[in-house]
Amino acid sequence: MIEIERLQLYYGTFHALKDISLSIPEKRVTAFIGPSGCGKSTLLRTLNRMNDAIDGVRIEGKVEIQGQDIYAPDMEVETLRKRVGMVFQQPNPFPKSIYDNVAYGPRLHGKRKKAELDEIVEKSLRAASLWEEVRDVLKKSAWSLSGGQQQRLCIARALAVEPDILLMDESTSALDPISTNKIEELTRELSRNYTIVMVTHNMHQAARISDRTVFFLNGQVIEAADTETLFSNPADRRTEDYISGRFG
Amino acid sequence: MNLSYKEVKRDTAVQASKPFPKHRIEEWRGKAYVYVCILVLIVTIFSIVYFIAVRGLTPFVSGGVGVGEMLFGKVWDPDAEQPLYGALPFLYGSFATSLLAAAIAAPLGFCAAIFMTEMMPKLGRTVLQPAIELLAGIPSVVYGFVGLSVIVPFLRHTFPGQGIGIMAGSIVLSIMILPTVTTIATDALRSLPSGLKEGSYALGATRWQTISRIILPTTLPSLLTGIVLGIARAFGEALAVQMVIGNAPHIPDSLFESAATLTSIITLSMGNTTLGSAHNNALWSLALILLLMTFVFVFIVRLLERRAKR
Repeated sequence: MIEIERLQLYYGTFHALKDISLSIPEKRVTAFIGPSGCGKSTLLRTLNRMNDAIDGVRIEGKVEIQGQDIYAPDMEVETLRKRVGMVFQQPNPFPKSIYDNVAYGPRLHGKRKKAELDEIVEKSLRAASLWEEVRDVLKKSAWSLSGGQQQRLCIARALAVEPDILLMDESTSALDPISTNKIEELTRELSRNYTIVMVTHNMHQAARISDRTVFFLNGQVIEAADTETLFSNPADRRTEDYISGRFG
Repeated sequence: MNLSYKEVKRDTAVQASKPFPKHRIEEWRGKAYVYVCILVLIVTIFSIVYFIAVRGLTPFVSGGVGVGEMLFGKVWDPDAEQPLYGALPFLYGSFATSLLAAAIAAPLGFCAAIFMTEMMPKLGRTVLQPAIELLAGIPSVVYGFVGLSVIVPFLRHTFPGQGIGIMAGSIVLSIMILPTVTTIATDALRSLPSGLKEGSYALGATRWQTISRIILPTTLPSLLTGIVLGIARAFGEALAVQMVIGNAPHIPDSLFESAATLTSIITLSMGNTTLGSAHNNALWSLALILLLMTFVFVFIVRLLERRAKR
């Protein structure tokens, strides 16, 4: 699904991602774990080219999504981001109504008809298991929702443009345990239809909900394996040290 | 733990030895100083308002001028045998110049702010912003002079009329209020949570879509605040306008015909009247109208700020 080949990323002179080669399977949850500053978020953001806007970023190597080089000169970044949705660490709903938040993406991409938008909004909110809670208050401001609801709204908003891939950048770290639990369940469910790549600080979360886990250290991939294997029988000593809590 | 224990001990010891510890006196002195300053400020503001109100209300109370006559009268002739105090031409002139100035300055200011925050932040911060802020420091007589020697001749050659008038005044004012509008808009755009922009880009929005659908609507109350403050400044500006507007006390038929504003007529006539005369008091009435308009502008800004916070 996603093939990363010999990827190098520099912030100015700082070599942030070193020679990363990785393949991410389709319709599975892949978790990136590792200590702060190890490059896992940076790698996640290369997958929808959110690093483009940052000054002084230079990228070498290849990232292919379904065989298409996303850093090719003829690649339109807007089209890419329509296919690769993203949910951020802090819930970031727009200061608009719940309905308009979800309809924002489809409207960007040219959907205008009310009936069609209604359908997309309901479908997306259902997929994000938020529909039952907000069906009667769609016109209310998204900022009136709780943090956990806001984050699920952001997931619904991302799903509304029908992406194939969903990137989740520590999407539960600002939430309480109950909301976290809901998002985790939701992530499992969504993995039936979407390829999910998540960055998490919480190893238990990676163990609970991911199918594959990739361990990063100092901008390098140390180990990538099935989650069960990686946690029960890590191949690398450093992985073992990290997951048993000896550092990081 | 240990430290705080010691501190408490020292404190009680000092209190026990002196009835008024030093820090109490310091505290009292500081408070007294602040209260005196505030008192001076309040007394000043109230005296100004009181003075203007008393003078400005005299024509209505004892001069036999009706409020409606002043607000809606079209003829201003205080020196005639039957003096007329119709201020509508000045009200019209003031509103027309300042609103038109805002209409010119707002799009320029917004675009400058967007350029400085979204498109070229580095160039914006180092070159454009200081340049625009410099505009705020230019004395208004210089604006008036430039307006008189550049804008008025240009308008005279391009449009029918003599060049002086509301259009000339508005153009001069729009440049004068540009820093206000731009600075407030820039601050608002800079303080926008970056998550909102990222959220929009991540959904595949282009920069223009993000600006028009997220950034502008979200910062709208602050942008409007900038405009209202700009209008307030334009409304109160006297000198530069007076130099280019022509100062004819009538409602003009076109933007290129001589007109007058509340401020320009006050500065022009103030020197030719004696304090306490009917003419002089009528000018104070105009000042009172200006003051009341300022209150209205402040009120609108407050309303917008409350909306921005929500």
